[in-house]
Amino acid sequence: MSRALIRRLAALTEASGPEDPVVLADRPDGTVVGGARTVAKAHAPDCDAAALAVRLRIAAHPRLHGTLLPPLPVTGPDGYLLRYDDGRPLTRWPYGRPVAPDDPDAAPWEDAARLLARLHAVDPATLPGPVPPMRGPAKAARALARMRTAPAAAVPCLAAAARAVEGGWAALPPWARDEAPAPGPGLLCHGDLHLGQLVRHPVPDGRWLLIDVDDLGVGEAGWDLARPAAWFASGLLAPEVWARFLGAYRAAGGRAVRPDGDPWPELDVPARALTVQTAALSLAKAAQEGRPLDEVETALVDSCARMA
Amino acid sequence: MQCPKCHAPMHTYNRNGVQIEQCAGCRGIFLDYGELESLTRLESQWTQQAPPPPPAAPAPQAYPAAPAWGAPHQGHHGHHGHHGHRSFGRMLFSS
Repeated sequence: MSRALIRRLAALTEASGPEDPVVLADRPDGTVVGGARTVAKAHAPDCDAAALAVRLRIAAHPRLHGTLLPPLPVTGPDGYLLRYDDGRPLTRWPYGRPVAPDDPDAAPWEDAARLLARLHAVDPATLPGPVPPMRGPAKAARALARMRTAPAAAVPCLAAAARAVEGGWAALPPWARDEAPAPGPGLLCHGDLHLGQLVRHPVPDGRWLLIDVDDLGVGEAGWDLARPAAWFASGLLAPEVWARFLGAYRAAGGRAVRPDGDPWPELDVPARALTVQTAALSLAKAAQEGRPLDEVETALVDSCARMA
Repeated sequence: MQCPKCHAPMHTYNRNGVQIEQCAGCRGIFLDYGELESLTRLESQWTQQAPPPPPAAPAPQAYPAAPAWGAPHQGHHGHHGHHGHRSFGRMLFSS
């Protein structure tokens, strides 16, 4: 990330703030710079700006009030989106307090579940459009591509793990691999739910809201429950925490799974996809760092091996 | 057959699957071998049904269902002790 981009983002955060802006995140898929009350985000260079513009209007729409953090306006043709010199979209957001990273059991699992149930209940036909497809399957395919180009040969045990991940990937239906449209009419979904996608706004004790609309769209809503489901299935997330999350989703009328009984008919494919995606990214990272998988990463690869 | 007591004709009836002969004159009943035991068994079944048995004790907290590809021995010897693991902590917050 260039210093010029940080300066540009910093200028978008708080013109009047005397304190230095902080780089909150710097990943290939986005750079976030935070001021005291405002943050600015540079989206991925290959981001579809037209689709992002629709996603921003959805986040700002009254139907999503209390569910999604709304963007702050910018002076630009789309109202919520600026273009950097290289074409990257830039957006502004209110600062929200993230989930404390040290105690996952104390994380707002029930709030996350209720927010998803609310999101899934919004009729896409009532929103600014055209509402783009949810990008979950596209992200899974991208994770596999990243694993395939990683220097796995440097660490011998990673090659066998990569074969297990490929086996799990091959066993998924085409729609989950982003090779066919998702079945069914679909619901409005977040597309990339994890604990980093929740903030309290206004700080410090406002209500929990979902952030990061880059993957939001219409699709298979089970995808939004699939990360916790995958963690639980692989023995990483405590069964009690999974039961809390799923129970709160159902109690809030969430539509991604049947109201009671076994939820796995709806969750199986998305949870397998997220397990494969997470395992593939873990492998790519381990290969880059020239290290073997740790036990958490191994648990995910073991799950992949049982899918084929 | 005729009633051994009053010699009136006896008629065969079926009562809950048990064949009994009843006299048309004195209303006496003749039971074949094993029929008394059958009736006793039916009676004891009836008394067990009424009053109805108390409702079964509530089932213990059901363990959440898991898919076939999930980690074996879910909830007993699973990995979820690792939820304090640093690697899993990072995973909870990353795309």
